[in-house]
Amino acid sequence: MSRAALLVLADGRFPAGGHAHSGGAEAAVKAGRITGADSLESFCRGRLHTAGLVSSALAASAVLGVDPRLLDEAADARTPSPALRTAARKLGRQLMRAARASWPSTELDALAREFPKGAHQPVVLGLAARAAGLEAVDAAYCAAYESVSGPSSATVRLLSLDPFDATGVLARLSPELDRIADRALEAARRVADEGVDALPSASAPLLEIGAEAHAAWPVRLFAS
Amino acid sequence: MHLDHHHDTPAALSADAHRPDGTRRALRIGLGGPVGSGKTATVAALCRALRDELSLAVVTNDIYTREDAEFLLREAVLPPERITAVETGACPHTAIRDDISANLEAVEDLEDEVGPLDLILVESGGDNLTATFSKGLVDAQIFVIDVAGGDDIPRKGGPGVTTADLLIVNKTDLAPYVGSDLARMAADAKAQRAELPVVLQSLRSEAGVTDVADWVRAQLAAWTP
Amino acid sequence: MTAPGAGVRATARLVARDDGRGGTALPVLESDGPLALRRTRGSGTEARVMLVGAMSGPLGGDHFTVEADIREGARLRLGSAAATIALPGQTKGEARYDVRLTVADDGELHWLPEQLISAGGSDLYVTTRIDLGATSRLVLREEQVLGRAGEEPGRLSSRLVLRVAGRTVLDQELACGPGAPGGWDGPAVLAGHRAVGQLLVVRPEFADKPVTAQMLGESATVVPLAGPAALVTAVAPDALLLRRVLDEALATLSA
Repeated sequence: MSRAALLVLADGRFPAGGHAHSGGAEAAVKAGRITGADSLESFCRGRLHTAGLVSSALAASAVLGVDPRLLDEAADARTPSPALRTAARKLGRQLMRAARASWPSTELDALAREFPKGAHQPVVLGLAARAAGLEAVDAAYCAAYESVSGPSSATVRLLSLDPFDATGVLARLSPELDRIADRALEAARRVADEGVDALPSASAPLLEIGAEAHAAWPVRLFAS
Repeated sequence: MHLDHHHDTPAALSADAHRPDGTRRALRIGLGGPVGSGKTATVAALCRALRDELSLAVVTNDIYTREDAEFLLREAVLPPERITAVETGACPHTAIRDDISANLEAVEDLEDEVGPLDLILVESGGDNLTATFSKGLVDAQIFVIDVAGGDDIPRKGGPGVTTADLLIVNKTDLAPYVGSDLARMAADAKAQRAELPVVLQSLRSEAGVTDVADWVRAQLAAWTP
Repeated sequence: MTAPGAGVRATARLVARDDGRGGTALPVLESDGPLALRRTRGSGTEARVMLVGAMSGPLGGDHFTVEADIREGARLRLGSAAATIALPGQTKGEARYDVRLTVADDGELHWLPEQLISAGGSDLYVTTRIDLGATSRLVLREEQVLGRAGEEPGRLSSRLVLRVAGRTVLDQELACGPGAPGGWDGPAVLAGHRAVGQLLVVRPEFADKPVTAQMLGESATVVPLAGPAALVTAVAPDALLLRRVLDEALATLSA
């Protein structure tokens, strides 16, 4: 197996449905909370340290062989917004399809059978990484990166933001991404011993509230 | 006999012609084309023409959520459970070509929930002339342009005009008003497409969608063993 | 209560049980140092208790614990006499405030304390752990106010964990103030709001008939959790506006 599989998995063009989701950016733009590169950076930083950390730890735990059903339940408990639970399962199902086509695995097949409508995306991401022969740290990085790359590219479309500014935001967040992946990995190792309560559960009230507001709009560009 | 199909649920590879239980899945026909060329109106007309003889369903890909789906619901061309809207994140061409996962889930869910189905029409969001459907999503595709969009479109070509299995030049009734030369459009299309068929249609005429419906029936006859 | 150099440790405990005559008895009601529990007049089958702060705090280095055990069929309503203010201490180090609530089957707890205010320079870690039986009922309010009027907040971290019949239904942490992970005051998390609160309502009937997710104004929402529970989450510019939203939500959920 090859480390380069991480590049395939983390590629924004990996056909797993992410392009239709803004990670809360569409709601934040409409509410006037994201207006440019600076507020995008602050948004992404907040998302990285909350939802991003949780996703990252879930994904890393799945690579370490923690029961995906327990991880899926833990993800539910860490996602109060039903709109976000639905989006996470939708994306998990889409990722499952791409992952099974890319790295066929009996574990992925079993999870697909258990969750025909999709398990939480980070759990599927972890099992996909495992199927690709990647390590827990790789999945942690991938999930953490996705937590900020999605809102960033969505904001380029929503605000016609200069794409170089948006990419600069992601580059500036890199050191924090390193720390999040470290923390997620550390938590995942504890989960392997102590159970899923050792997972972080950092939350962001406005992401939760914004997701419900967004889900109620009659007209929107992104699915979440 | 397809040797590569998976029996695991949910259905695995996209282009597989069978459902997880081994039965043959519905024929999937995509309709693409620029904004305002009459894709949704053509879908509505096809539903009316075919709904009594076929079990069919529609997936829409809106730029803005549900607008096209809601048009079809308002027009009551099919029961609401047979119409599904996919959200495309401002990139309708991505959802039908580069990352077809949401559309595949929509067609599979329709087959699970209202099937068995003979035909699923997948309508793309209005896009530009380069947008085409992935072969992993549809079995055949129709590209819809209209006379009001400029009679030089067939000559300019592009993947949709050149490679679609059927090209519709729509709203022919408007040609005199917008100064479009139908004969020239037909000749240019023929030059671009060699043997691939072209239909010139006006949904306001008596013939309406008849030619396209006949083409769909022929596709279905070839698809069903 | 013990007060080694590092800070005050105090644990208040109460046990509520069905008194067998249609009411609720409190066989254990133990105050400790700054944590004083007072029984007040109840109504009907329900016992009422007030948590009265006998001194300010928690200060840096303090560790307070409140434990309430609601036994089968008992009903308790707990409030507090005033807001709790986290203050900086003489000693460095964080303060801890742990709340442990257990409600057995057919028991009911209304836990409606006043706000927790994070004063400038303070550093407090609050955990609330709730264990319910399958047929227990709960109403719990949690309000956090970042800074006294016109003041920068201290550091406040909180974790709220709800288990119903052994299954974790909600596990949520929030960290804010100086030194909290980046972006806490940005557009994804609080965006300048200085009051954040939650209302957690658990009823067995929510398993079959969950609440419908909806917005409550522009900065609050009520949602069904993945279990027999509803959660209201609200942010507001200040404590008063937050309370107004949560009160309205509670009235709606109780109707």
